[in-house]
Amino acid sequence: MINDNYYRRRYVISGIAIVIVLVYIIRLFYLQVIDQSTKDQADNNALVKQTIFPSRGLIYDRNGELLVFNQPIYEVTMTMREMKAGWDTAAFCQCLHISREEFNSRVAEIKDRKKNRGYSRYTPQVFMSQLKKEDIAPLQEFLSMFPGVQIQKRTLRDYTYKAAAHVLGSVGEVNQNDIDRDSYYARGDYSGRDGLERTYEQQLRGEKGVEILMRDARGRLQGSYQDGELDKPAKAGTDLYTTLDIQLQLLAEELLAGKIGSAVAIEPKTGEILALVSNPSWNPKVLVGKERSKNYNALLKDPTKPLMNRATQATYPPGSTFKTIQALVCLEQKAITPNTLYPCSGPGSTPIKCTHHHGSPVALDKAIEQSCNPYFWCAFRDLLQKDGYGDNNEAFRHRYELWRDAVMQFGLGQRFTDTDISEQSSGSIPSTKLFDKFYGKTGWKAITIRSLSIGQGEILATPLQLANQASAIANEGYFITPHLNKNDSMLTHIHRLDIQQKYFDEVKAGMHRVMVYGTGRHYAIDSLHMAGKTGTAQNPHGRDHAIFIGFAPVDDPQIAVAVVVENAGFGATWACPVASMMMEQYLTGEVKRKDLRKRIREAVLNESVKKW
Amino acid sequence: MRASRSGNILESVDWGTIGIFLALVFFGWLNIYGASYTFDQTSIFDFSNRAGKQFAWIIGSLVLGGVLLLIDYKTYDVLAYFAYGAMLLLLLATPFLAHDIKGSLSWISLGPVNLQPAEFAKCVVALAIAKYMGRYDYKIRSWRDLVIPFVMIGVPCLVIMILQKETGSALVFAAFLLVFYRQGMSGYVLWVGVAAVALFILSIRFGSIALPLGTGSVGIFSCMLLLTAVEIYFICKEHRMRWQALILVGSVFAIYGICLIINIFINVPFDWVSMGVVIALIGYNIFVSIYWRKYMLLLVALFSLFCIGYTHACDFVFTKVLQPHQRIRIEVLLGMKEDPAGAGYNVNQARIAIGSGRFFGKGYLKGTQTKLQFVPEQDTDFIFCTVGEEWGFFGSVAVLLLYLYFILRLIAIAERQRNISTQIYAYSVASIFLFHLTINVGMVLGLLPVIGIPLPFFSYGGSSLWGFTLLLFILLRLDAARMEQLR
Repeated sequence: MINDNYYRRRYVISGIAIVIVLVYIIRLFYLQVIDQSTKDQADNNALVKQTIFPSRGLIYDRNGELLVFNQPIYEVTMTMREMKAGWDTAAFCQCLHISREEFNSRVAEIKDRKKNRGYSRYTPQVFMSQLKKEDIAPLQEFLSMFPGVQIQKRTLRDYTYKAAAHVLGSVGEVNQNDIDRDSYYARGDYSGRDGLERTYEQQLRGEKGVEILMRDARGRLQGSYQDGELDKPAKAGTDLYTTLDIQLQLLAEELLAGKIGSAVAIEPKTGEILALVSNPSWNPKVLVGKERSKNYNALLKDPTKPLMNRATQATYPPGSTFKTIQALVCLEQKAITPNTLYPCSGPGSTPIKCTHHHGSPVALDKAIEQSCNPYFWCAFRDLLQKDGYGDNNEAFRHRYELWRDAVMQFGLGQRFTDTDISEQSSGSIPSTKLFDKFYGKTGWKAITIRSLSIGQGEILATPLQLANQASAIANEGYFITPHLNKNDSMLTHIHRLDIQQKYFDEVKAGMHRVMVYGTGRHYAIDSLHMAGKTGTAQNPHGRDHAIFIGFAPVDDPQIAVAVVVENAGFGATWACPVASMMMEQYLTGEVKRKDLRKRIREAVLNESVKKW
Repeated sequence: MRASRSGNILESVDWGTIGIFLALVFFGWLNIYGASYTFDQTSIFDFSNRAGKQFAWIIGSLVLGGVLLLIDYKTYDVLAYFAYGAMLLLLLATPFLAHDIKGSLSWISLGPVNLQPAEFAKCVVALAIAKYMGRYDYKIRSWRDLVIPFVMIGVPCLVIMILQKETGSALVFAAFLLVFYRQGMSGYVLWVGVAAVALFILSIRFGSIALPLGTGSVGIFSCMLLLTAVEIYFICKEHRMRWQALILVGSVFAIYGICLIINIFINVPFDWVSMGVVIALIGYNIFVSIYWRKYMLLLVALFSLFCIGYTHACDFVFTKVLQPHQRIRIEVLLGMKEDPAGAGYNVNQARIAIGSGRFFGKGYLKGTQTKLQFVPEQDTDFIFCTVGEEWGFFGSVAVLLLYLYFILRLIAIAERQRNISTQIYAYSVASIFLFHLTINVGMVLGLLPVIGIPLPFFSYGGSSLWGFTLLLFILLRLDAARMEQLR
């Protein structure tokens, strides 16, 4: 155009358009490329992930008897923003048999962000949980009347027997630690808290599934997302077959009633734990569901400490049962021979008196049979002094270390690390370091540590270790780590002892004599060829602990047992009959000695022991 | 030349622009289908849903476009004032014929369809303005010739805003400012516009600023700063006295420094200080303008007074004149209020929908946000969300660039006109499209307050589609005729 003075303004106007579009492109770049938050917000908006809970693996005993299974329970959830006007609260309360006040207070609780940090109007919130099928039946029928209300199925543990609570463990809600450690868990999930439930959590829990649903702006579900392509079905947990013999377990629990104590039975050839009993105990059903936390707290407060698994966590001086190991180590380390004789002056012996009356001098078989303290003191002393003491006590301390190593081969003084028993104590076989600290390197001699010769003093062992020791003797030189899972994977966990087999023959013969002529003779059954060793352990907590270890039959051991009854007195009187009946039960399938069973069962040695 | 008009029009019409038009309409239609897509959706042609209806509107608009191209180009010029008068009557009558749709009285029912006359008013006003300003003796720098077009625009604008309660459609008339600018209106008007928006935001958003032991109004302070800047500009430009400018700046800063120090001991009313500075500057201006006979500086003084008044007016407009929902929209935009469930819901959901599209988008018909209707108005005013979510950054930028190309092409068409009236009309068309694009996309992206105007060719709705078709095809017809016109 002619005389257009403002021709250049076309560039200004074009420039304005370009700048605006450029600004918008930058903004788009920020929103769509840089800002990462919108993706999640969009998913939160539109996608509802519904977890499908798998059913937890069942637990069986060694004979395929069902021990732990699942019972369905229901929880009622509500999504607040779908509860529009016209929602009939009165009818809802009636369906669930709750009062209006309960309803109001529960809703207030849900909405209180202090108590319920994850509260959102848009997501289902648990209104009532752990309801039985009959509790929710009326609601189920009229569910369509209550928009926003859903019934979700979950499962709880249930138990066939009121037994083996410590071994089986329990299932409870996960805590923040679990959630932080394992991303599998979400708030409100359940996991094994102790016992086998905890050890085999990964196997038992299975795998949660997820169903992704779409929700529109009004919160209505609109079917599955991408036709369910991203959904994942739940995978049920794998069942667990345990090594327990539930009948044996039941018997042992029955016999320990009214007493504080524990009993462990192992199949020597395989290391499979047949029974693992700790008393006082509780009915596993009390730690399930709604009542769990209340009951758990009560168990915590019980002065008899039922929650402690005494079979694996309590440590006791093994007392005379230790003489079996002492004999084997002394033989192997050539301190004695089976024919070595030592004198015994009965209760007048020094430095350790004998608690039994028998002839003198004694040889090994008789010494075991009669649990002769002076014999084992002499053998122990000769072993430690074999090379003299040396200039600085070295020879003696070296001997002590050799002795300690030999003893620890039996699994004493340490935890079984390669096993599935979750709660264990290590017990103790004192080290030279410990005595050096007490007495100085040159300050201790054989006489200083004489109590060790008879399983007293600083030696401590758990009932599990004692049973394992019995099993090692029964096997004549090896044991397989005791375990609870009945697959054969543990058979390779074999521990061979550096002790010649002929010595085991001597000790086994002695242990057999215990049950024929010695301290255990009253409760033996001859046809079962039992072998054993009683122990009466002095301790600072009151009366002696009654202890027994044994196995049967002596030539082809099928079962090895250790029993400890705290503050009961003689091992021969309280521990031996329990072990004897357990062996009878396991080998013959029944206990014929009804009177004995009744007497032991009804004997209350500790008034405060309760059965939960 | 006139022997075969129809053959002629096929040769001379700008097919490129028609191509862009078709591309935009088609892509918009796809996105309307995407936005209104639900799970039991049947077909894109299904007349019971919006994509199907839009298809009918599109067919109608193509017919309309064809007819517009066949009409003699002179008709538009001849009918411009008649159409303007008729449109004014229709706009005035509309509120009485209309039934209330979401608080707006702008829809007239014609049998099965609703039409919004305001959408067609743009075109008619543009034609009338073009005719008026296309006169030989038109001089934009004369008061009369500037005021009359302003009134021609202002009347329908006010009718739409006040009687029909359609603020968005009324604001579109602001686009004509660009046309005036192109035709020679002083560039300062645009700057004043920018300054007015900036001052408005400053005084609304920041209100007062906390100073040690006292407060000062940001609006008045920034007003003072602006004035000082303008002053220095003029002093330097108009009479080249740099040292005076330096003294001016120095003394303003000195005054504020002293005040800040005093403020530690005694409360200083900073508003009065700023006011004092402004008045001193005005006095200086008057002195200089008389002494040096630079009367332009009188205007600056006037502007100063106006600014002070304006900052107060801003507050008044904001709290008293604006409707509550408009006020909240602005407050949300300026980050003064967080209300993701209420007034901020649209904007927040739009942001989520667009953002979740990421670089390549979720794919056509796969957008969860649009599909599940999280964004209200997603097939009309917020249609750009669907583009953002399903086609991603890639697709959104492509659409924006296509629009940019479209607008630049319209400007190019405008510039090749020999007839000044056609050029004005062409600029009107380009400006209206630019305004719609700016406001609509800016709103969706959360950069501008929510003002409900459609995205041309994309948003669902027959009136807007036909309105834009009318606007565009009249331009194409006039453009095709440019060779027929002499000179």
